[in-house]
Amino acid sequence: MDLYRRRIWINRLGIGLSMAAMSFGLLALTWILWVLVSKGFSVLSLDLFLKDTPAPGSDGGGLRNAIVGSGLIILVTTLVSTPVGILAGIYLAEFGKVSRFAMATRFVTDIMLSAPSIVIGLFVYALMVVSMKSFSGWAGSVALSLIAIPVVVRTTENMLKMVPSSLREAAFAVGAPRWAVSLKVTLRAVKAGIVTGVLLAIARVTGETAPLLFTALNNQFFSGDMSGPMGNLPVVIFQFGLSPYENWNKLAWGGALLIALLVLGVNIGARFLFRQNNKS
Amino acid sequence: MSDAATPIGDEAHARQVGKFKRQDRIFQFVTMGFAALVLASLLGVLLSLAMKAWPALSHFGPSFLWSNVWSVPDNRFGALIAIYGTLATSVIALLIAVPISFGIALFLTETCPVWLRRPLGTAVELLAGVPSIIYGIWGLFIFAPLFAEHVEPALQSVFGDVPLLGQLFAGAPIGIGILSAGIVLSLMVIPFIASVMRDVFETVPPVLKESAYGLGCTTWEVVRHIVLPYTSVGVIGGIMLGLGRALGETMAVTFVIGNSNRIVGSLFAPGNSIASSLANEFAEADPGLHISSLFALGLVLFVITFVVLSISRWLIRRNLGSEGI
Repeated sequence: MDLYRRRIWINRLGIGLSMAAMSFGLLALTWILWVLVSKGFSVLSLDLFLKDTPAPGSDGGGLRNAIVGSGLIILVTTLVSTPVGILAGIYLAEFGKVSRFAMATRFVTDIMLSAPSIVIGLFVYALMVVSMKSFSGWAGSVALSLIAIPVVVRTTENMLKMVPSSLREAAFAVGAPRWAVSLKVTLRAVKAGIVTGVLLAIARVTGETAPLLFTALNNQFFSGDMSGPMGNLPVVIFQFGLSPYENWNKLAWGGALLIALLVLGVNIGARFLFRQNNKS
Repeated sequence: MSDAATPIGDEAHARQVGKFKRQDRIFQFVTMGFAALVLASLLGVLLSLAMKAWPALSHFGPSFLWSNVWSVPDNRFGALIAIYGTLATSVIALLIAVPISFGIALFLTETCPVWLRRPLGTAVELLAGVPSIIYGIWGLFIFAPLFAEHVEPALQSVFGDVPLLGQLFAGAPIGIGILSAGIVLSLMVIPFIASVMRDVFETVPPVLKESAYGLGCTTWEVVRHIVLPYTSVGVIGGIMLGLGRALGETMAVTFVIGNSNRIVGSLFAPGNSIASSLANEFAEADPGLHISSLFALGLVLFVITFVVLSISRWLIRRNLGSEGI
């Protein structure tokens, strides 16, 4: 009986600790979100979207230049990484399969998914900033694309692998060439999954700060010129957050709330879309 | 249907097939080119870092790796301070994150009511999606003051008089330093490790677990003697993935590590990791040895994470099959 009771107690202890771990995780999430909302909400106003970042030590101002800069950089990133990622994913799923080249590409994709993003920033600095002799929005977009592409490649390949081969065979049987089968049959069958992948990639790069530090740098003025330094939300949050000025700190919280809402919103939207389409 | 019924000559048919073949070859070539582009990006990173790091590496020799001087005025640079900071913060992060992630994965796969599994699993995945700069700013403004006021003095009063161990908790409790960075980092990597562990726990065949339950095992005994041995390879893979993330994380660390180029034995002391040195110094670095040394730090970081992530991928794939991470 003694052994029996001991086993019961060990079990209770283990389960209890695992529940404690789960509640710790949830608590951390709610704490961080609550802090964000309580600190950032008071800064949210029209000024945040209509005024540019203020000079050090001065009052007021907003984040217009950073919001527009981030928007442009992410737009270019999406336009670059979506076709590149999808086509590379098609190759892996439809042509490469288990060839050595495809295996190597898959391996590199997996590594790049978790590689330190600051090193990507160093690479793009060496590649573009040095040769163009200027920090630029383009360089920022290239750095973010290198982070987004593996996400798109991965989801595209996984989605295409789920297409039943009978669908492909049916298309081949009526005489369709391979490119038409890929682009017009299988890719269409998994459209929702691929849109999910692109959305997840956007969510991933929206908050990335490290790769922008020495590519897009920052710009305290409003600029739509992608070939010069460009203001962007993450770097502004970084600089304003670490500064001694109270007004800058407040703006950093506002920016952090904006980014968190955007990233969580896109993440939840992507999941919702995927589930909705898989039901029908 | 009428189209298909129209007879076409052999010649026209052959021309059509030839056209399709050419188009297919072009299509395959184009998609392969983009796959090659992905492959080339990794080689490009390695090559460009090595080229830019070469002046520093050849000037300081291999002792760059274990020299503990990082002085811009003297133009002398060594990687030891940053490597120490990177490893110390990552080890602290894993010490905290691994047991908690294990608990979360255990709860999600074994004890959680089925209707709660999906929402809680999604919550963990959302936590993984929170950008690291959010953790950083939270760490600096909210966590560090609380930590300095309540936790650090308590740690000091408990361990301060213990020989050796007391050293780790010496110094002023300012809330910013190696230990704080490690703790904030652990919050960042918990979701990554927990979701890999959950995925590999789910690969255990139900028959195995049911037979153990049938013999009268408790849940804990099933996890300890059936689930863990079956998934140990994947679990280690998940931990390595978390380590890879922790080593290269920039923003969560830069805000709270204190940016100081000294090695002090105490965990309360500010320091620098490879990523935080790059974030703090790179944009304003002097051309020449300083910037080249920073590239060399980046190369060291990339090589370490590359090895760790390769091992992690190999282990996880062995456990999960081709589904992957």
